[in-house]
Amino acid sequence: MSDNQLLETIERYLNGEMKADERKKFELLRKENAEVDSKVVEHKLFLTILKQYGERVELETRLNAIHDEVDIHTMKEDLMVHPIWIVQFWRNHHSKISVAASVGIIAFFSTMWFSGKMNSNTNSEIIGLKNRVERLDKSNTNLSRSINAIKSEKGGKPVVDKYSISATGFAITSDGLIATNYHVVEDANAVSVQNANGDTYKAEVLYTEPQHDIAILKVTDKTFEKLDAVPYTFKRAESALAEQISTYGYPEGFPAYNYGALSSLYGQNGDTLHYKITMPINFGNSGGPLWDAKGNVIGITDSKEAHFEGEHFAIKTKYLLDAIKNIPADSLGAKVVLNKKNTLSGLSEKQKVAKAKDFVFMVKVY
Amino acid sequence: MSKHLKDSTPTDSEVILGILNNSEAALKKLYTAYFPMIMQLIINNNGDADDAKDIYQEAIIVLYNKVKAGDFELSSKLKTYIYSICRRLWLKRLSQINRYAGDIRDFEEFLPIEEEEVEQHNDRNIQFTKMDSALKQLGEPCKTIMEDFYIHNRSMQDICERFGYTNADNAKTQKYKCLQRLKKLFFQQK
Repeated sequence: MSDNQLLETIERYLNGEMKADERKKFELLRKENAEVDSKVVEHKLFLTILKQYGERVELETRLNAIHDEVDIHTMKEDLMVHPIWIVQFWRNHHSKISVAASVGIIAFFSTMWFSGKMNSNTNSEIIGLKNRVERLDKSNTNLSRSINAIKSEKGGKPVVDKYSISATGFAITSDGLIATNYHVVEDANAVSVQNANGDTYKAEVLYTEPQHDIAILKVTDKTFEKLDAVPYTFKRAESALAEQISTYGYPEGFPAYNYGALSSLYGQNGDTLHYKITMPINFGNSGGPLWDAKGNVIGITDSKEAHFEGEHFAIKTKYLLDAIKNIPADSLGAKVVLNKKNTLSGLSEKQKVAKAKDFVFMVKVY
Repeated sequence: MSKHLKDSTPTDSEVILGILNNSEAALKKLYTAYFPMIMQLIINNNGDADDAKDIYQEAIIVLYNKVKAGDFELSSKLKTYIYSICRRLWLKRLSQINRYAGDIRDFEEFLPIEEEEVEQHNDRNIQFTKMDSALKQLGEPCKTIMEDFYIHNRSMQDICERFGYTNADNAKTQKYKCLQRLKKLFFQQK
């Protein structure tokens, strides 16, 4: 049977034009031959769609004819919800208003300029990301009490930890050198660090570079055990713009992970000490490690621009490495040897944080 | 007075019966009764008069097919039903063209419309678009033969005369050739 003949037979069958015995024969064929059966189903579906298509075209033609009699334009005018008068006023007069406003703005700024108000940088001061847990006045009376408060909590009875500032620091070496910001430990009477398990260790400020806002702490507590090998490396070379970055720290005294992007290779007013970073960090993130996507430390999260939300700065690692080099030899037991093997690279963010969190400390200042 | 009568809203059962009876007058009454309502919805929600026409006609088609298929149950006012269908179709269209601002300004009360209600309509539309383009690709005289025979139910005799075939067998052979090609064109579209 040719294709055409088969089609004709199927159509006769579907249209009920077959005689009883022919119909029986064909139904038997359908049952035995799956190909014929599927052709029947397919053809039936096709004819239904074709028929419905025709009906649809006809209905659309009818609707369009009706539609053509409707006065769209008048109806549209009537039905548009007209904006309130102030919007209308703006639409009609916005060019004039814009000119007037520009004149006003120019006049304002030129007055500011001539009066010298714009020349000082005082209006964009940087405030540090210190977390002022309590506004304790660090008077002498506090001094003795504070120092007494720093005790290893593992040994003796639990003591109330009365620190006034908390921030973040991270291990440079496994034997207890910790980097943080100078502004965190500035005016500190005493310093301690707390690890991920909540154990607190006494520390001292080993070296500072106030001009770069860098401080190196050394854990002095006897109970401090040497850390495992530091998992991250330090990247001296400048990072690329738009690098995916992350940090881990203690923004409000509790551990938190944040990620963002490197938004500028320049800090405030174009300084080359800082990177500008876009990430939601908080007071207390100061001194935290800033990692790139591979887990290299590319900076120390530093401070918050006082006037722009979400914009922060980080000190470039180059300055940290220089600071480490500048530590006077006599204050160190041995030469600082930095980790050269990055074991974070290739890990997921989750795994990265899990591995690195033991090397990030909460810095407590008394 | 006559104008008033012309613009008056038909009762819901008048519309349903009209559709079932293929009444042109009822269809026209239905169309003109609710079009302003949909125009208002669309042009105040990021659309224009052409969008209003498209959406409204689609909704009328949905209603029409449901009534014709006999599975239309009027559980609310017809006006509310039409508004709800249009609202649903327009929200979908808005998100497809990325003009949806996350908020729609409503003018009538509306019912929640089941996804399948418009989905079914959508599936059909896809099939019809395919059929439309298959027929266009098919070309003449096949296109007219197909339409005459399968859509307008003309007899082979009629078609024979129209196209000047000398005998019915020739016309029949031609018809099946056209049909094979049309089916091929239709089914090969993804």
